[in-house]
Amino acid sequence: MSLAYYPGCTLKTRARNLEEPAVASMEALGFKLDEVPRWNCCGAVYSLADDDLIHQVAPVRNLIRVKKQGKNELVTLCAFCLNTLKRANLLMRQDVAKRDTLNAFIDEGIDYSGEVKVVHLLEVLRDEVGWAALSQKVKLPLRGLKIAPYYGCTLLRPREIAIDNVENPTILGEFLKALGASPVDFPESTRCCGSYQVVSSPGDIAEYTRPILNSALKNGAEAMVLTCPLCDYNLGRGQKELAKKQSGFREMPLLYFTQLLALALGLGPQVCHFELNHGSPESLLKEKHLLSQVESFQPIGGQK
Amino acid sequence: MSTKQRKRKPAKTAVKEEKKIAAKLIPIYIMGKRYEIPEGLTIMKAMEYAGYILIRGCGCRGGTCGACGTVYRKPGDYKLQVALACQKTVEPDMYIAQIPFFPANRATYDFAGLTAAPEEVFKLYPELFRCVACNSCTKACPQGIEVMDAISALKQGNIAQAAQLSFDCIQCGLCTSRCFGELAQYHMFQLARRIYGAMIVPRAQHLTEMVKAVGEGRYDRFLEELKRTKEDELKKLYEEREVEPMAAGEDWKPKDRRYL
Repeated sequence: MSLAYYPGCTLKTRARNLEEPAVASMEALGFKLDEVPRWNCCGAVYSLADDDLIHQVAPVRNLIRVKKQGKNELVTLCAFCLNTLKRANLLMRQDVAKRDTLNAFIDEGIDYSGEVKVVHLLEVLRDEVGWAALSQKVKLPLRGLKIAPYYGCTLLRPREIAIDNVENPTILGEFLKALGASPVDFPESTRCCGSYQVVSSPGDIAEYTRPILNSALKNGAEAMVLTCPLCDYNLGRGQKELAKKQSGFREMPLLYFTQLLALALGLGPQVCHFELNHGSPESLLKEKHLLSQVESFQPIGGQK
Repeated sequence: MSTKQRKRKPAKTAVKEEKKIAAKLIPIYIMGKRYEIPEGLTIMKAMEYAGYILIRGCGCRGGTCGACGTVYRKPGDYKLQVALACQKTVEPDMYIAQIPFFPANRATYDFAGLTAAPEEVFKLYPELFRCVACNSCTKACPQGIEVMDAISALKQGNIAQAAQLSFDCIQCGLCTSRCFGELAQYHMFQLARRIYGAMIVPRAQHLTEMVKAVGEGRYDRFLEELKRTKEDELKKLYEEREVEPMAAGEDWKPKDRRYL
């Protein structure tokens, strides 16, 4: 089965370790992530200004091009792209005046009113594959791996575009269980990582990420699973800062959900590109016998 | 030019003059002023017919140098149209303005110090990320390039795709003149094509080997032989040479293989 798929710019540069294991895993599950042929930036962040329609042009243009190809669903991997595209889509469904202005300006030859359904890959796994069916496809169960499911903001907020219960999300936890891992509940799993605030105040990165990381560690997590390259960047950088500032702080591997999926489906570490991860998961995966003792990769975490 | 030709010229012009009178005149507007122009002229020739002397913005007159970017509108149509003045023939009531040059930021770099990493383009042209996907650049391209798609490719780190999409770019700058984010697309694409050509396209191994062989003097004696050949003999050799047939396959070889 073919799914129209929107990668996003970061997945083609810094976060290839989010994309490549996803494409390979979905193929193993009988789905083809079919990259839409002409896509541009999702807009990077949803503009909250009421009169700032120009920043809705990028996400809406992507959706129009998907509709023009005759597709009615668009799968995303990056939580930020999901958020921007889904909110712009909601605007096109609900605000007639802005919809007309945007359609007239975008000038793609067809009118758009939010017909394309924007979904996250986790939703495809939950609703189209199903957790039970997924767990049957697992070749290398992630047994004994204690992982903190970190949602951040963009999968769940605002409520109108949430992929799961806003207050008590379970989708990542169920995903981890299906792979045979042990999800570690922790109260800060939906707290903001700092998002783009760190661009204007890079010094605050440790303070943004400290409660999240400490909470996960306190509850016994050995690693954290993520869906967003910006969360990965902030938490990865935050860990390095905290290791310097806070005595006894232990850094933990940060993993994309797609890497765990590929590993559990038995696709091997090559497709996971662990070398691009912040904080190497090598020793943890070896300890849990999820990686053979001879395999090794060079992490980028050390250069940061 | 010979006197004879000069003498002949007035006669020719007289014939042309008769034709001109016969040609239908159409109104066009150059910088807002109305002119009656014979139909069938290009915008550039129409301007010269109207009395303008072009000393800049009229480069090759063959549609390849990008010096004569032009914008125009037709009455009753809000759409801005673009053309190259040397290529586009005039249409009735077109309002024309030339944009032969548009100021654009061009990064300076030491090419030898660059790599094919996407970040090289990001560093030299950080304004790349000011693109809001308005697509005005694509609409402004007289070459029909998907300019915005090529900018998206650069953002996605796909230098090869940006180079390929922008292959027909003649650097006229009309995209830049219309850009909401103040990007100089055509300079970014030039960088992309340079990186693509030098660092991404696979090297032609046979060319390297041939250059080496020439350098080592493998073909010197053939050249010497040619130098000693008399003119008549050279002509004969040229006329009787074996020509590769149009439909020759990749494995075609000449009968005489002494020089291979």
